[in-house]
Amino acid sequence: MRRSALLVLADGRFPAGGHAHSGGAEAAVKAGRITDAAGLAAFCRGRLHTTGLTSAALAAAAALGHDPYELDRAADARTPSLALRSAARKLGRQMTRAARATWPCAELDALAAAFPRGTHQPVVLGLAARAAGLGPEDAAHCVVYETVSGPASAAVRLLSLDPFQATAVLARLAPEMDQVAERAAAAARQGIDHLPAASAPLLDIAAEQHAAWPVRLFAS
Amino acid sequence: MHLDHSHDGPSAVSADAHRPDGTRRALRVGLGGPVGSGKTATVAALCRALRDRLSIAVVTNDIYTREDAEFLLRNAVLPPERIQAVETGACPHTAIRDDISANLEAVEDLEDAVGPLDLILVESGGDNLTATFSKGLVDAQIFVIDVAGGDDIPRKGGPGVTTADLLVVNKTDLAPYVGSDLERMARDAKEQRGELPVVFTSLTGQDGVAPVADWIRARLADWAA
Repeated sequence: MRRSALLVLADGRFPAGGHAHSGGAEAAVKAGRITDAAGLAAFCRGRLHTTGLTSAALAAAAALGHDPYELDRAADARTPSLALRSAARKLGRQMTRAARATWPCAELDALAAAFPRGTHQPVVLGLAARAAGLGPEDAAHCVVYETVSGPASAAVRLLSLDPFQATAVLARLAPEMDQVAERAAAAARQGIDHLPAASAPLLDIAAEQHAAWPVRLFAS
Repeated sequence: MHLDHSHDGPSAVSADAHRPDGTRRALRVGLGGPVGSGKTATVAALCRALRDRLSIAVVTNDIYTREDAEFLLRNAVLPPERIQAVETGACPHTAIRDDISANLEAVEDLEDAVGPLDLILVESGGDNLTATFSKGLVDAQIFVIDVAGGDDIPRKGGPGVTTADLLVVNKTDLAPYVGSDLERMARDAKEQRGELPVVFTSLTGQDGVAPVADWIRARLADWAA
């Protein structure tokens, strides 16, 4: 049990660049798909069960010690949008920096040397969890939580949504987050070939469009 | 697993004065201050004043556009490969203080791409009087305010006015038109800042940025010593 280390890694203030990304919420707000707390809940639920599950399983696999090169390729194969692959690598590079300063270890040094431009963020998060003495379930929980907390905090900024309502959305999703994290970790224990590949085509398409906007608040 | 060998990776310490190859990195100077006080104009003027003698690059932190980077490009103060924009997710102060990871990547990428560099100017998006740069990101910071924003800003203080290594009071040429009392601003700034320096600038005049450029030259001399 390393509960406090898990809180450090899962904290939204962990300085790894997440604050500049909306997890697709900015594009969804502009398209009118999120206008209120109910819309935010629906968006988060969709993201949780698709890319959230896939990313959480990648993180759990990294935490178990699976080969990061293989996981990098597995993540590429599961991310059809170039904009989202770029964002994932950028965030992965930032996470690598933060994790190496926070939990210094040879494995993270080697990851930085192997991927100087960054690998996918969930893979790095899984290795960071490993460096912090955490397990695959912990890594999966971190990823599913940031899968929904990122869009929620972005929606508060984009829509001036009541922050209490946004946090209540997260709280109501908690049982589903637990289920998705358990599923992700169980898949990761079966090996890389068993990792889920759930995706959300609308998130991929909207991310490509968002990346081309001349004026935007969030990087993705 | 490929990664179970030990080796000496590049430094993970953000404020480290040396690059992974052991050479000394560029001096990093942050410029912050309220919207419209003249941060980008000051950066442009500094580039023009210093670029003949120094190898310079700029990182901008816009709030929601690439306008500051594009202003610098349009005015051709530096070649485009020496200017990089960081996206800040609506919170420029977060990107320069609480989570500096994107800015550190930008300064390191610039050193890799166009280095060796003597000086990197990191410009914050226009924010408020509490915005300051992390010491993990910059070696020194300049806070830019202007006389038209109200001559009571130095008296109000705040972390930017009080703790910046240099306070710049810009647009002194406008003081008579907006009824700002420069002597009062100087007095209030002295009271807030003690021995920390304050300079008054008007970038419309010939070589108006000289007091700031001189201060940066002195910081560079200390850095190289």
